[in-house]
Amino acid sequence: MNCREAFKEISKYLDGDLKAELKQILDTHLGKCPHCKIVFDTTQKTIALYCDGKLFTLPADVRDRLHQALKRKCAERSSM
Amino acid sequence: MNESFRAEIAPCAVAGSSTMGYTFMPALEVGLGMTAPLLLQANRMSLSPQKLSEKPESLLVTEAKSGNYEAFEELVSRYEKKIYRLALRLTGNNEDAEDVLQETFLKAYEHLPDFRQDSLFYTWLVRIAVNEGLMRLRKLRSDKSEPLEDKVSDDGQVTPREFRDWKPNPEETMQQKEMEDLLLKAAQALPPSLRAVFLLRDMEELSTEETANLLGLTTGAVKARLFRARMQLREELSQALKQE
Repeated sequence: MNCREAFKEISKYLDGDLKAELKQILDTHLGKCPHCKIVFDTTQKTIALYCDGKLFTLPADVRDRLHQALKRKCAERSSM
Repeated sequence: MNESFRAEIAPCAVAGSSTMGYTFMPALEVGLGMTAPLLLQANRMSLSPQKLSEKPESLLVTEAKSGNYEAFEELVSRYEKKIYRLALRLTGNNEDAEDVLQETFLKAYEHLPDFRQDSLFYTWLVRIAVNEGLMRLRKLRSDKSEPLEDKVSDDGQVTPREFRDWKPNPEETMQQKEMEDLLLKAAQALPPSLRAVFLLRDMEELSTEETANLLGLTTGAVKARLFRARMQLREELSQALKQE
C-alpha cells in the first residue's frame, strides 16, 4: 500500500468499514509511514474536537429568549 | 406540592389554563376521595415522585405528548445546547443559529403529537434543525445567486498537504472561545453540503443511513462527502494547531 491508497482508506478505517485484511495492511503502513500516521491521528483529533461538548456554551440570553418564545407558544395554544 | 406533581396537574402553568384535556385526577381528589388501588394506578400513570431531570427521555416524551409542558421544557433543557451548537456550526452566525434554535423547538412543540417515537427524540430534533439551517443557507445563497451544491463532486481527489503533527492537547491549552472560533471558521470553509454531512455523521453521530435519508443522498455519497469533509477540516485545523 502506498500513501495515496492509505489516505483513501483512512475515513473507512475510522468508521470501522474496512475488512480485516485491508485494516491490517493499513495498520502496517501507518506503523512505518510517519506522514500517514499524522494524517490519521489528526483526522481523529479533528472529529474529537467537534464532538467535545465541553468546549461549547449556550449564551444565557439566547436560552432565555428560547424559553420565552416557547412559553408564548404554549400560552397561545392553551387560549385557543 | 412537589415540583413533579405540580407538573402533572398544571402542565402549562404559564398559560394559567385549566382546560388542557387531562384524564387524570387533580390533586385534591387524589388526596381526599381516591381508594388505594386507584391511587396506586394514578401513581403508575403519571404521579411519579421521580424528578423531571431524572426521568428517562421516552417517559418525558410520552408526558409531553399528552400536554405536560414541564416535561417538554425538561426535554428542551436537555438538548438546547447541542441544537444551538449544531445550528451555529451549520449556519456560521449567531443570528441564524438562534433563529434555527427557536424554530426547531417551536416546531417540535407544535408537531409533538405527530412524533411516533420510532427514532430518538434528539434525532428528530436534529432532523428539524438541519432542515431549518439548510433552508436558511439556501435562502442566503439564492439572495446572492449562489447554489448550495456548488463545487462538490463525490469523486474528487483529496490530497493532504499538511504533515506536521499538532501541538499536544490544544483543547486544554487554547482559550475556549479561541478554539470555538477556530472550529466555526474551519466548518464555514466547507461547502454547506459537505458541512452538513460532517456535522450529522461525526458531531451528531447519526448513522450513514440516517444522514443519507435526512439529506436525500445515497449512502455512497454520504461516505464520499464525509471523507472529503474530514480531510478538508483536518487541513484547516492543522494550519492553526500544527507544531512549529
